[in-house]
This record gives sequence, C-alpha cells and structure tokens, in this order.
Amino acid sequence: MVAAVMSAAAPGTARRRTWLTNVNAWLLLLPALVLLAAFTHYPILATLYHSFFSLGRSGPAEFVGLDNYTYMLEDDVFWQVLRNNLFFALATVPTSIALALLMAVWVDRKIAGRTFLRLAFFTPTVLPMIAVANIWLFFYTPDYGLLDQFLKSLGFSGHNWLGDPSTVMNCIAVMVVWKEAGFFMIFYLAALQTIPPELKEAAMVEGASRWYFFRRVTLPLLMPTTLFISINALINSFKLVDQLVIMTKGGPNNASSLLLYYIYEVAFTFWDTTYAATLTVTLITILAAVALTKFVYLDRRIHYQ
Amino acid sequence: MKVNTKSLLTAGLMTVMSLGASVAHAVDLTMYYPVAVGGPVTKIIDDMVQRFQKENPDIKVEAVYAGNYTDTMTKAMTAMKGGQPPQLSVLFSTDLFTLMDEKAIVPIDEIAGADGKAWLESFYPAFMENGRVEGKTWSVPFQRSTIVLYYNKDAFKEAGLDPEKPPTTWAEMAEMSKKLVKKDASGNVSRWGVEIPSTGYGYWMLQALAIENGQKLMNEAGNKVFFNEKKSVEALQYWVDLAAKDGVMPKGAIEWGTLRTDFLEGKTAMMWHTTGNLTAVKEGAKFDFGVAMLPAKERRGSPTGGGNFYVFKSATPEQQKAAVTFIRWMTAPERSAEWSIKTGYVAVTPAAYETQAMKDYVKGFPQAVVARDQLEHAVAELSVHDNGRIYKIVNDSVQAAVTGTQSPQEALDSAQKQSERVLSRYK
Amino acid sequence: MRQNHPSVETVAAWVLALLWLLPLAYSLWSAFHPAEYATRFDLTAPLTLDNFARAWRQAPFARYYLNTALLVTMVLAGQIVIATLAAYAFARFRFVGRDVLFALVLVQLMIMPDVLIVENYRVISWLNLLDTIPAIALPYMASAFGTFLLRQAFKSVPNELVEAARVEGASSFGVLWRVFVPLGKTTYIAFGLVSVSYHWNNFLWPLIVTNSVESRPLTVGLAVFGAPETGVDWSVITAATVMTMAPLLLAFLLFQRQFVQSFMRAGIR
Repeated sequence: MVAAVMSAAAPGTARRRTWLTNVNAWLLLLPALVLLAAFTHYPILATLYHSFFSLGRSGPAEFVGLDNYTYMLEDDVFWQVLRNNLFFALATVPTSIALALLMAVWVDRKIAGRTFLRLAFFTPTVLPMIAVANIWLFFYTPDYGLLDQFLKSLGFSGHNWLGDPSTVMNCIAVMVVWKEAGFFMIFYLAALQTIPPELKEAAMVEGASRWYFFRRVTLPLLMPTTLFISINALINSFKLVDQLVIMTKGGPNNASSLLLYYIYEVAFTFWDTTYAATLTVTLITILAAVALTKFVYLDRRIHYQ
Repeated sequence: MKVNTKSLLTAGLMTVMSLGASVAHAVDLTMYYPVAVGGPVTKIIDDMVQRFQKENPDIKVEAVYAGNYTDTMTKAMTAMKGGQPPQLSVLFSTDLFTLMDEKAIVPIDEIAGADGKAWLESFYPAFMENGRVEGKTWSVPFQRSTIVLYYNKDAFKEAGLDPEKPPTTWAEMAEMSKKLVKKDASGNVSRWGVEIPSTGYGYWMLQALAIENGQKLMNEAGNKVFFNEKKSVEALQYWVDLAAKDGVMPKGAIEWGTLRTDFLEGKTAMMWHTTGNLTAVKEGAKFDFGVAMLPAKERRGSPTGGGNFYVFKSATPEQQKAAVTFIRWMTAPERSAEWSIKTGYVAVTPAAYETQAMKDYVKGFPQAVVARDQLEHAVAELSVHDNGRIYKIVNDSVQAAVTGTQSPQEALDSAQKQSERVLSRYK
Repeated sequence: MRQNHPSVETVAAWVLALLWLLPLAYSLWSAFHPAEYATRFDLTAPLTLDNFARAWRQAPFARYYLNTALLVTMVLAGQIVIATLAAYAFARFRFVGRDVLFALVLVQLMIMPDVLIVENYRVISWLNLLDTIPAIALPYMASAFGTFLLRQAFKSVPNELVEAARVEGASSFGVLWRVFVPLGKTTYIAFGLVSVSYHWNNFLWPLIVTNSVESRPLTVGLAVFGAPETGVDWSVITAATVMTMAPLLLAFLLFQRQFVQSFMRAGIR
C-alpha cells in the first residue's frame, strides 16, 4: 500500500506535492505510531488515570482523588524500596563506570593479550541476567557456596550473604557491576578511538607523563561519554530487577527489593493494580526526570554531529 | 493471530505427541500446580496425568508446572484476569478467601454429584478445615503436609545423644542443639544444631511455634489476626534466640529451598521442614535419619500445609464434571498412597493407609507416618482475606526478627498494624 | 619499551580479566562434572554430559529454545521493518508535525515498555493475546532506539545517490529499498545484534504474560526450572543455565569483533 501511494508521487502542483509528501510520511510512520500509542503512550496515560481510582474488588471502581498517593506516602515498604533503589544506583553506577574506564584504557593500548582481555570483560554483557543470577546465587550460598569456601580456606568464618540485610544489597551490586562494566567499557572504547593520536604524540614530545595526559586530556574529552553512560546506568538501575526474582525475592524483609520489583509484586501477586499504577507513576516520574537531563545533553550532541 | 501462531508453533514441533493424539470430543482441562519440595515432582505428576488420560480417553489434562505456591497463584490469577483461567488448579489450601473474593471458584459439593458428600467425608477432617467456609466445601486436599522435625541420627550418636530420642519440648531442643553444634579448629561452626527456614514460608514456621505456645494466629472468618499477642511474640523470640542467644542456628535468613541440602550435607543436625520433602531426604541421605513431631511448649502442634484442588467458576459444566472426575482419580486411595510414597506428603484419606502398598512401605520406613500421626495435634493453616499480602507481611516480619533488624515485638507489632490496615476492608 | 616486559598494569588487567571469567568458568566446571565435584576442584574429576541429559529430560528445553528463537526472530523482523519505514520518514521527508512525532517516538527511550508492565498487561489481555509469543514481542515491536539509529544512518546518505536512483526512475519506495537499506547495512547489523541479545535475555515481561510451556521463552523456563524449592541439584541447574546462555555465548565468541563493534556503533549516537 505504501509503495502504491509513494509511486504516485509524480509531478504535480507544488501544493499537491506537499500534500502527498505529508501523506507518504504519515503512512510510513503509521505502524510505528500505532504500536507506540498502544504500548507506550496509552499505558502511560492509563497508569496516571488508574492511580486516581479505587481497586473496586467488590463493586465498581470509584474516583478516590489522591487516596492512593496518601497510602503510598504512608507505606513503609515504598520508602524502603525507594531508598534501596537509590543505594543500589549509588553502589553500582560510579563503580561500574570507573571499572569500565579502566578496562577501556587498558584494552585501548597495545597490551599483551588485548583481544582476550576485551573478550573477558565484555562476556558478562551478553549473558541473560537470569542465568547470571543463578550462577552468583551459588557463589553466595552460605557454607558451601564458593565465596564461603574461599573465606573458610583463609580461616574466616562463613556468612549468610543474601540472608543478611546488611550485606544483601552489596552482594547484588557486585554482581551487577560485574555484568555491566564490560558494556560501558565499549562506550569508552569507542570514545577513546576518536581521540586523535597526534594529541598524544604532541604530549609525549612535551614530556608529559601518561597520568598527566590522561588527567588533563583524555578524561575531559571523555566527559560527554561519562555523562551518557551515567544516565544509562542510572536508568538501568531502575528497570533491572530480574536478579531479584531468582536470588532474594526482594528479601530479607524487603532489604533487597527495588521499586520495579515492588510494582511487580503489588500488581501480580496482590492484584492491587491501582496501587501498582500509583507506584508506576512515581517510577515514570523518576525516569522522565533522568531522561530529560539526557535529552538536553543529547540534543546538543546531535546538533554538531 | 493467536490461533495462527499457536498452530504454526505446533506444526514446527513434531515431538508434541499430545496434540497428535488428541481425541475427538475430548474435554480439555488446564491445570496449574506448584512444587515446593525436592525430587522429580513434575515427572510424578506428568506420569499420573498420562495414566489418567489412558483410563479416561475423553478427558485431556494439561498440567502446567508454574513455580512455587506464590508463583502458581500469581499465574492462575494472571490467567484469570486475562480471560483465560485454568479449569482447575492446585493452590494453597489457604488461598481460599482470596479466590472467593475474586469470585473465581465453585464449591466442590455443588458439582461433585450424588455421592459427593460421602466422598468429601472420606478425607482427614484436619485437611478439610481450610476448605470449608459458609457451610460449603470449596477445595479438595491433595498435596498436604505438616511440619516435622528431621534429625540426623549419626550426629546424635556422635554428640552422645540417644538417636531414638528426638527432642520433645522447646527446652530440650535448645539443649540438645547446643550439644550438636560442632566447630572446627579455628572456631568456625561446621555443623549447626537446628535450622528453621525463614524465607518463603516463614509465616508457616511462626504459626507452628505459636500453636505450640498455645496461640492462634487468626480467626475463622479470616478477617482478624493475632500477630502481636504476648504468646506470638514469645514464639518468635524463641526462634530468634536459637540463633542470637543459644548460637545453635545460623544468624540471618535461612533459605527454605536449600535447607534440605544443608541437612543432607550434614551442615545442620536437625531441621524443621515439610513432610513433603521426606522422600527427597530419604533418597539423598547418606546417614541414618529420624523424623519426629515438632517439640511442644504448652502443647504439640503444627499447622497443616500444602495445596488443594480448586475448580474454577468459568469452566463449562462439562469441564467442571471432568475436573471432578480427575480430582477423584488423583485422590483415590491407591493414587494417594503412591503420591505419599513418592514425595512424603501425607496421604489425604485414611483409606490410603489401608492399601497394601502403603502398609508395605510404612513397615520398612516408619518415618512415613509421623506427619500423619501429628494430624491429631494439627491446626488449620493461617488463612485470611488477601492472603498473599498477609503472608508477605508476616514473612517480612519474621525475616526482620531473625536478621536482627527488629526485635520480635517490634516486628510483630508492625505486622499486626499492616495486616489490620489490609484486613479492615473485609469486616 | 614499556611493552617489552609485563608491567604492573598488564598484570592487573590480566588478574581482573581472569576474575571476570571466573563465574563463567565455574558454571562450566559444575555443569560438566558430576554433582559431587560441584564444590570440589580436582583436575582428575571425570567429565560428564549427564547433567545436561538430566536437565533436558526434566524440562521441555527444546520447546523453550524454539519459543525463544521464534520470539527474537519475530521481534527483530518487526522492529527492522517498522523502524526502517519510520526512520525513512524522519530522515527524508519534511512534513507537518515531524518534530512532535519524533518527540513522541523518543518518549519510548526514556519510559521503556519494561516499566509499563501493569498497563501493557491490560492491553495485551484486551487484545486476547495473553500466553502467546506475539504478546511478548508486541510492546517492543516499535523501537525508538532502532528508529533513532536508522534515522542517523539515513541522514548521512549522500543526496547524489538518491538523485541518481530517481533519475533511473525509482519510486520513493524503490529508493528506500535500493539505496538506503543497503547503505544502512552496518547499522542493521549493529541494531540486530543488540536487539537479539536483549530479547534473548529479557525476563520480567515474558514471565508476566506467559503461562504455559508453549509460550515460555528460555529465560522464564530456566527460572521456573531452577526455583530453589524444587531442590533440583546444583549441577543440573548450572547445566540448564549453560544451555540457556550457550547459543548467544557461542555466537559472541565466533563473531566477537562484530559484536563489540555493533555495541559500539549502537552506543555512539
């Protein structure tokens, strides 16, 4: 159909042409727009709408104003998962970025076994989180898990890593850093390759040390990449909850639960869909805030590309 | 679109024999069921379903394993909300109120036919308790259990304890556990005295302790709970003290799923677990082990547990009838005995214990009837409206207490407060 | 000079790399050895495929593979067609509402279908598609990311090529097919690899919308299979885990360079 309409874009009056161009463009966009409307725009609006209604389990749903929001603000678990999520972001984002940068700098140089190193760092990225969680779960198993066995061989005592609220988050964060650092390394690698080698040669001639060059030239040039990765990592920390299903189910006592996992639980285990909608509005707001920063910055880059 | 994809999928799969063998005019049933214990449970179910279909060629049952109890309930509800409910499912016997509130199920006595009443009378009354509300029977017991104490006889001997005398009281269990703890040269514990699992089914263990301490956790109407009563708090305190004060149990949350492995690997001398795990323990144990009723404080006791069959309202009368046929087949004495032997779950009717197979089995393995014998002390499992949410609240509190984040009093006060907020809608 | 002997840095890089491979190496160890060696390391331990055989017997992994294969194919095919058309419109047409529409597309970049599980579930259920593979695929079919990448690629196509094709009498669609699509090849590969690895690994949404073996992808099948309650023994779970990762991992090892470059390309926007 599209083809037929487009081949009709034969010479005509200028106005007719504009009109045809419009029709063509809209037809080309139609499939994408329909799907986006159905699975992104409508759901966002519907989430907002439902958050103002009662559940209506025994009777029709009623408009309840901000009741669901008041309930949310009084819900200790909500505050806890929000805190957890912030902690999780703070624990994973800077660490994985720092590691990614280190990896990229290494791999970018003529280091021995460069291909192997790059492979090793990047491999976790292509593995399913579910599979990764399964493997790490056994690392952390008390007593006969790999970590405890290792510690015991050094004479330390074992620890219930995932069963202790004070360690569970860190354990999961370590795993996520392991999985993500290699992914971010790629972005840095791409950026490093755009730095002209002459710059470095010039610096060498000037007698600058490598560290000095890295600090004063490389790092500033990588700033946009760093910002870009930070934002991506931040968004990821809000939408990545697969590991919880396998490792902790959000426990013990919600110590490892994250906002999206809590939404999943409220919606599909407790079937409180209006409260889930309310929580989702919060999540959307957070993501939108993060993403706006991203777009302000992205637009600038697109501009000079 | 859906039909197309599905037929496309099936066309591509030559190994799906079930579809090739479908019989004209067969009644199709979909059933979700959970697995919460070790062993090849899905195989056992599949095998039973196959034999049922052979005997009843006009009924086709698709049994779908959907994870643990919570996952299965989630799946059944998800499917129902999505307009494709299963015709029957094995779900927590305690999900009854939730399923009633969702108007999801039909009472069994209304569809069981003329001799339905006599049939429903044939089950152990303790297992029927959770299924009877408003004068109707809403579910049929299937994979039912009580909590039992598994203990390692070799460890008992090694610690100088009589392997034929498991602890009978709380105090004894704590004392014996202290003797059973083993430490290596550097002072690290290499074997714990006892472990009570606190993930997944923490509410169930707490209820056992509360019952033993003479405290009920809920009322019969399922809209009132007694979590922060003095005796409930004492129950949780005892549990917490096993780790914090007596040092006989590891600190932190203990995994329901891996506890059996801990026991089999000799990492703990005793464990509290469902009798449904008995056969898996028997298969895996490289040492002599015993099974005992849970120790008493004021009294003996354990909540019943496990899953019942439910039939969904949205099924056609024909399907409902077929579902009852299937359920009757699955719970018939021979099958109930077979199921009990293969898993460790309590057979649901006294008649099952009169079968030759069961008698022979018990003769060689007396541990198999401990859970049944405990039924006389058993109490209905915690069952209230919005059950999933209440379970989560109690589980969270139990975990808060065993990990030392909150004191038992604080944890249960908070559980009581949150539960009352949820249950206020059902008064 | 620095390269002649291993510097501290080289050693550090290698240590980190080995550490990074450790979890994977460990899962392979435990998958290919009998259960009693799962936590004991002994070079003389016998190798076995028994764990794989048992995992394969205990759950319908063949079906899961098929489901996942169908899923990623369906998503990728849909995404490529839809994103190509949309990107073409954005890159090469001036039309009313272009900027607004582009902004509307970009909304999906910040609020991914992954977080709209509650309402998307309603939509899918309203379409009567629950528990089907299209249900898993549909929310991801229109990819803002793909549209964005292709738009960038199409924008950089020189006008002369377009004009030349026009002179030869190609229609707009012909131009798209004969000029833009071939020139976008690297972008397609890049996007394809990213998309396939994303959807091969995706979990939460498929978990929600699938109920039966007929529609479960590998990840969900693995999660259901490995649930700790079932007490399936560890070696068998790792074998299943390895099976789930294997196709993607092998593809990655074989086409390492393409993978890395694709992810790079997809990353620089």
